[in-house]
Parts: sequence; structure tokens; C-alpha cells
Amino acid sequence: MSGFLSMGGYASSVWPAVALTFGIIVWNVVAARRSFAAARAEARRRVSMEQAP
Amino acid sequence: MDWTWFHRFGSPPHLYGLAGKLTPWFAWPAALLILAGLYGGLALAPPDYQQGDGFRIIYVHAPSAWLSLMAYTWMAAAAAIGLVWRMKVAHAVAASCAPIGAWFTVAALCTGMLWGKPMWGTYWVWDPRLTAELVLLFLYLGYIGLRSAIEDPQRADRASAVLAIVGVVNVPIVRYSVEWWNSIHQAPSVMKFGKPSISWPMLTPLLIMFVGFTLLFVALMLVRARGEILRRERQSRWVSEVVAQ
Repeated sequence: MSGFLSMGGYASSVWPAVALTFGIIVWNVVAARRSFAAARAEARRRVSMEQAP
Repeated sequence: MDWTWFHRFGSPPHLYGLAGKLTPWFAWPAALLILAGLYGGLALAPPDYQQGDGFRIIYVHAPSAWLSLMAYTWMAAAAAIGLVWRMKVAHAVAASCAPIGAWFTVAALCTGMLWGKPMWGTYWVWDPRLTAELVLLFLYLGYIGLRSAIEDPQRADRASAVLAIVGVVNVPIVRYSVEWWNSIHQAPSVMKFGKPSISWPMLTPLLIMFVGFTLLFVALMLVRARGEILRRERQSRWVSEVVAQ
């Protein structure tokens, strides 16, 4: 296990690279969902404004 | 030739619904493949005879770089379709690709720098491939900036489409830079003609990551494209029916 974590001496390169890529994947999932939710909320607001007397 | 399928496919409500149904079929396999590929690459694959365990950065670096180029190619193709056939949904797809591509260009550049430090002794060199990948980031940022600078969505679509199409010339430059010029960057081991030059235990997790990142890109693009379609179709009756649900 410690051999796995030390990555044969390359831990300071391998783990930040993996963590960064993982972080960017997670952020992209969050950002894509937010972008869609914002567009949906905007459209909903517009519809309710049109329906208001 | 019967073109009704083309118009049906290009109809915003049809594509909006289809994208919503397809998303989980790309997202979940992507998550499974990426986790499996990471495990295989970090834990199961044997260390490299020259680079030891340092080579394992390839399992995040190469798929990120692949995604960054694939997203740009899709973006340019969708933009061209949008320009030629005046298809709104194609512009929506093009606009969705840009932020995803930009983020994974950052991932490719940063993981490459982290790999360069122990292997080349430096984070950055003005090498053809590294420079071309940096230009790719600037193309994405230029595209995003141009879009946000133009208020009218249809004008933004057309202007940014021209930039996307002109910039596509950079994609083969990134891809073939290591073959055209003397480069410090290593030559391709997978994406080339003939047999891959790395062994199967190393190659399998990498191929899994490539497929996983491709599916991830499609899933992210579908989610964003639905939002972009809503933004372009805000006046349409179908939108009020869909969001009222």
C-alpha cells in the first residue's frame, strides 16, 4: 500500500495530476448541470411572467 | 432524397427530449469506465522500464488531451453545420463544446507540466506540441469571449462559428506536431498507424480511459446543449410546455 502511495518516488507528480483531472471532471459535471438548471429557471420565469395578468 | 429525417433531427424540441433521454446512457458508463481505467492504470499496470511509476500520469494526461481535441473538432463541425444549414441546434451544440474543451485543455496542459518536471527537468518548454496545445486553449477562450461579447444570440452564433472553423487548422497541428518537428514530447504510442508501441497490460487501462472520456464528453455536451437550446428557443410554445411540467 505504501508502495502504491509513494508511486516509486513520483508521488509528487502522479497524485496532483490525478487529483487535478478528477477535480476538473467533477467541476465539469457540476457546471454543466448548473448551466442547464439556469437556462430552465430562466425559461420558467419568462413563462410565468407571460401568464401573469 | 428524403430529407424529413434531417429536419426532424434538427427540430429543437425533438433534440431537447432526445438529449435528456440519452444523457444517463453516456454518463453512467463514463463514470464506471473512468474509475476502472484509473484503477487499472494506477494499480494494475506494470511500471515503465524507463520512467518507473511516473509514466502513470499518461492515464489522465492523454485522455484529457484527446478530449480537448475531440471537443474542438465537434465544435467546429457543429458550427459549420449551423452556418451552412442555419440550424439552431447545431449552434447550440457548438456553444456547449467550448467550456468542456477549454477545461480539459487546462487538464492536459497541467498534467503535462507535472509530468514534464521529473522527466524533462522543467514544467514548460516552448516545444511545438506544448505551444500548439496552449494555442488551443486561447482559441477556446477567444470563442467563449467572443460569444459573451455579442448580445444577440444569433449574431453570436454566426460570429463565433467563423472563429471555430478557422481555428480547426490547429487540431492537426497538435496531433502531428511530434511527427513533423523535432519535439521533446514523446511520439504517440497508441493513436498511430500499425501496432501500438506499448504492451497490453499498460494499453488496456489507457484504452478504457479513452472510451470513458469520450462518453463523458458526450454526456456533458448533451446536458449543456439542452440549456443552450432552451436559451435559443425561449419564445417558442414548446418551451413553455416543457418547463411548466
